[in-house]
Amino acid sequence: MKINQQDVEHVARLARLSLAPDDLGIMTGQMDAILGYVDKLNELDTSGIEPLAHAVPMSNAFREDEVTEPIGIERTLQNAPQRNDNYFKVPKIIE
Amino acid sequence: MKFHDLSIQEMRQKLLAGETTSVELTQQCLQRIEATDDRLNAFITVCEEEALAAAAVADQQLASGNTPLLTGIPLAVKDIFNTLDVRTTCASKILDNYISPYDATAVAKLREQGAVIVGKLNMDEFAMGSSSENSAAGAVHNPWDLERVPGGSSGGSAAAVAAGQVVATLGTDTGGSVRQPASHCGVVGLKPTYGRVSRYGVIAYASSLDQVGPVAGNVADCALLLGAVAGYDPADSTSVDCPVPDYLETLDGGVVGKKIGLPKEYFIDGLDPDIKKAVDAAIETYRQLGAEIVSVSLPHTDYSVACYYLIAMAEASSNLARYDGVRFGNREDDGDGLIGMYQQTRSAGFGDEVKRRIMLGTYALSSGYYEAYYIKAQKVRTLIRQDFLNVFEQVDFLLTPIAPTPAFKIGEKVNDPLQMYLSDIFTIPTNLAGTCAMSLPCGFSGDDLPIGLQLIGKPFAEAEILQAAYAFEQATDWHQRVPEL
Repeated sequence: MKINQQDVEHVARLARLSLAPDDLGIMTGQMDAILGYVDKLNELDTSGIEPLAHAVPMSNAFREDEVTEPIGIERTLQNAPQRNDNYFKVPKIIE
Repeated sequence: MKFHDLSIQEMRQKLLAGETTSVELTQQCLQRIEATDDRLNAFITVCEEEALAAAAVADQQLASGNTPLLTGIPLAVKDIFNTLDVRTTCASKILDNYISPYDATAVAKLREQGAVIVGKLNMDEFAMGSSSENSAAGAVHNPWDLERVPGGSSGGSAAAVAAGQVVATLGTDTGGSVRQPASHCGVVGLKPTYGRVSRYGVIAYASSLDQVGPVAGNVADCALLLGAVAGYDPADSTSVDCPVPDYLETLDGGVVGKKIGLPKEYFIDGLDPDIKKAVDAAIETYRQLGAEIVSVSLPHTDYSVACYYLIAMAEASSNLARYDGVRFGNREDDGDGLIGMYQQTRSAGFGDEVKRRIMLGTYALSSGYYEAYYIKAQKVRTLIRQDFLNVFEQVDFLLTPIAPTPAFKIGEKVNDPLQMYLSDIFTIPTNLAGTCAMSLPCGFSGDDLPIGLQLIGKPFAEAEILQAAYAFEQATDWHQRVPEL
């Protein structure tokens, strides 16, 4: 076993997901099979090999610091699940 | 002449000659969707009113002359593209009510060229899948056999073109999501080089791999659409500032003297016999057209699926952190505090495959596993890319199958995610290496299912593979067959 139910519960908390008890078992089995498969990368000796983040060489993209037209408050808030005046409304964070 | 027999260029000629109008073409397109989509489910949203209004504007422009190439042509885009004031769901419940406040750059470019956007196409949720079954809007059906998948994740984009609902579409390709459905539906699809087309406004799945690609009924339309969307965009820092050639101008250059590589790792024992036969015949066609065929090796091919899924899932888990029920998207909240709201929102909003990839990606990036999984995969990616750079010193481009089998039955692989992942073996390596590649029709299976041929080109050599594809298309008639619907 690469991963057990406790590990899966921990990862779910990190990912801000809650899994129903039935789904937890299925997820554990599927993750275990996939992690077992990807283990095949360890057949390769990669010592001295640089990791590749992007296929095209690129460096930071700079632009001029110019004032442009913003999207506007109404546009920004048009999809807000809940709003209060010109703010996104969220559940209380600090008790 | 039925509308769905026309190419983009033929529509253009008829529009310029005054033989039809954009409103007429758009109405025919909407009628075809209406008549067929109950069986295909290729569209998530049809924008009838907006499309007809845009068509009327296009007709005025056509009357005044000197219009851009796509003026008045009805097109559709995958529901992963933000489209101003239109519902953009990415086939996810979590974005069910999301109305985009802006256009993706690729969509804006289509509009600048005069295109009429008729709707948003079905797909795997957040582009995660190879069958277009993982959709909150329901599975897409293959027009050649309604019991089969159209491939994925851009299944709607390919099915709609194959069924003549719309002449061409845009999809996205992270591990084969344009090419594999194009192959399964018997149409032409191209994944440009990473950086060739702006991703601004394209909902992110795996940012080091995602690329926008055209799907069309023939090579020339595919070239035309690529030319319309390609190019540097200051709003996408990963788009590359190199000139966009005129892809149409060089199409008929032929393949005389070209060196085509056959990577031996792609011609494996498990390959479906019908696919082997069709690809072998394609190789013979190229030989007759004057190309030189040589055997080459991409030795790390067998590691590409494992490498791809680790990188894609890690990047997905990070990209999809934004769906938290705060700024957009659905919110579920039973009063259990902020963290509780996040968990309820995400658990109710994401489908199974998306959850699985977020979970695996979170695990691969978590403390203690980051080096062993994510960095290891990035190192293997270096080796895979080097394989391609090596063979491109020996040959002009590569020729391979697209998928190990033709389109499979709906439901056949849904309970075995690993089997589904393994079917991406021939398309994934090009995304990891960042080169360009395309799929074009090269035959049919014994069950009358389309088979696709893959051409893989050097980085930014889209013109070269389009030219080779055009030569093949001129010599064969596979692209002229259409499904009966």
